Amino acid sequence: MAIIEVNGVRKTYAGRAVVDGVSFSVDEGEIFGILGPNGAGKTTTVECVEGLRIPDAGTIRVAGLDPVADHDRVTHLLGAQLQESELQAKLTVREALELYSAFYPTPADWRPLAARLGLDEKLDTRFAKLSGGQKQRLFIALALIGNPKVVVLDELTTGLDPRARRDTWKLIEEIRDGGVTVLLVTHFMEEAQRLCDRIAVIDRGKVVALDTPAGLIRRATGSTVVSFVPSRALTGPDLTRLAALPGVETVTPPDREGALTLHGTDETVTPFVALLAELGVTAQRLRITETSLDEAFLDLTGQDL
Amino acid sequence: MPTETTTAPTAPGSRVARRRGPAAAVLIAETRLFLREPGNLFWIFVFPSVLLVILGFIPAFKETQDDLGGRRVIDLYVPISILLAMITAGIQAMPPVLTAYRERGILRRMSATPVRPSALLGAQILLHGAACLASALLVTAVGRIAYGVALPEQLPGYLLALLLAVAAVLTLGSMICALSRTTKAATAIGTGAYLVMMFSAGVWLPVQTMPDALRRIVEITPLGAASQALEQAASGSWPGWIHLLVLALWTAALGTAAARLFRWQ
Repeated sequence: MAIIEVNGVRKTYAGRAVVDGVSFSVDEGEIFGILGPNGAGKTTTVECVEGLRIPDAGTIRVAGLDPVADHDRVTHLLGAQLQESELQAKLTVREALELYSAFYPTPADWRPLAARLGLDEKLDTRFAKLSGGQKQRLFIALALIGNPKVVVLDELTTGLDPRARRDTWKLIEEIRDGGVTVLLVTHFMEEAQRLCDRIAVIDRGKVVALDTPAGLIRRATGSTVVSFVPSRALTGPDLTRLAALPGVETVTPPDREGALTLHGTDETVTPFVALLAELGVTAQRLRITETSLDEAFLDLTGQDL
Repeated sequence: MPTETTTAPTAPGSRVARRRGPAAAVLIAETRLFLREPGNLFWIFVFPSVLLVILGFIPAFKETQDDLGGRRVIDLYVPISILLAMITAGIQAMPPVLTAYRERGILRRMSATPVRPSALLGAQILLHGAACLASALLVTAVGRIAYGVALPEQLPGYLLALLLAVAAVLTLGSMICALSRTTKAATAIGTGAYLVMMFSAGVWLPVQTMPDALRRIVEITPLGAASQALEQAASGSWPGWIHLLVLALWTAALGTAAARLFRWQ
């Protein structure tokens, strides 16, 4: 069942459509990613979902409620970690947790929450003295403190070191396992690939693809990469037959070590094996790999992140 | 609050008793933060009284003067020092706090909760107002003890003028926030306004001793009107309605404008 429905949302600033007809729906209990390059309209989209911005056109429903008209009720269901927000510099972690607890009628107990986020050692530290990772973890705690059904996490791991990033990923999975739906904005491929059940790729204000991470990769042309060193030199006609295999996009001539590379699809692999058998060639150092989501993304948007 | 009683069944025991309403929680948190700014506390609470003490060292200020209706210059400086505390709190201290709350996304973060960010601004305005009144009390006590300055003879009128002056200064500070895009701008505008306000409050030259033409102009400003109203009430008469009206009009006009112009993000 969809808990977030976004339908034809548009938002224009100074005549420029930052969000241009974005639609997607997020099912209860999934981690839904919004992936896109900087300035693609990801944050504006989720800020409309949070009710912090009013769309120029289109409708948004969070658990059936309009985030602007029913803002108060939506704030009880939806916890948010905003991309660029701070807390009062001299507020301690404990005070922030107590303060935000008081905003909700039935808040989560902040002590176990702080412990789970590794903030229990930092309770008396002021916000300004926290490291980037600690600030992010505090904001996750504040997003969860009202026992929300949905959390929106915007560029959560930007600026974190790889270890802190991995810890955060684990935490997001735990949040989902606790029954909370997660809407995750990111520009990290690895993050989207690892965490998301489904991903909407947004580019220049539009959804250019919406699929599972595996589905997005399959969509990319030449998503399966086969490389091997043939046991004997292949002749011209052999190469022509290789190039004619189903799904083959390109055949790259042997490199210095004699390895040949084929860019194809899942469909390519079985006929490839059959052809080698027919030609009486064995494939040494055979590697069959998938392109990364990075490459799939490049293919979808025609640009780097 | 009704919301607290309805949550009682889901959260039994001592936790219920400890739960506070959101507005109270915001006020408590902001009070703690307010008390963590020693600079502001010094300039609002301590400095006006210190200034009064220093001025009292000038022998001429402690002599009765016929053209002041038999009062001394030091008597005039009690309400002036109180106004100085107000200007410091409302014009110097408060605007950068509020603009920083906007600039750093603190208001925005609060918008994503069931509590409106106006609760944060309200708490800050309330705290700065309370600080003005506390400083007024201290200045009055120091004047009485150190230099035998008489307590205000027309007390209700004095308190009314005091509250109107606090309201005018705080709305003026709010207006500075509304006009400033950044905290830097708020500090700059605040410092400029601070000097003008100090002059019109009579910090350098008491309004009562200004030449007639200048005094009439200064009386139209909020601090000039406040200075006149407080001085009149201090010396026993009901403060002139015209001065109280000037204060009320400034408050209403600035308050409305600030509320309209203030950007939440």
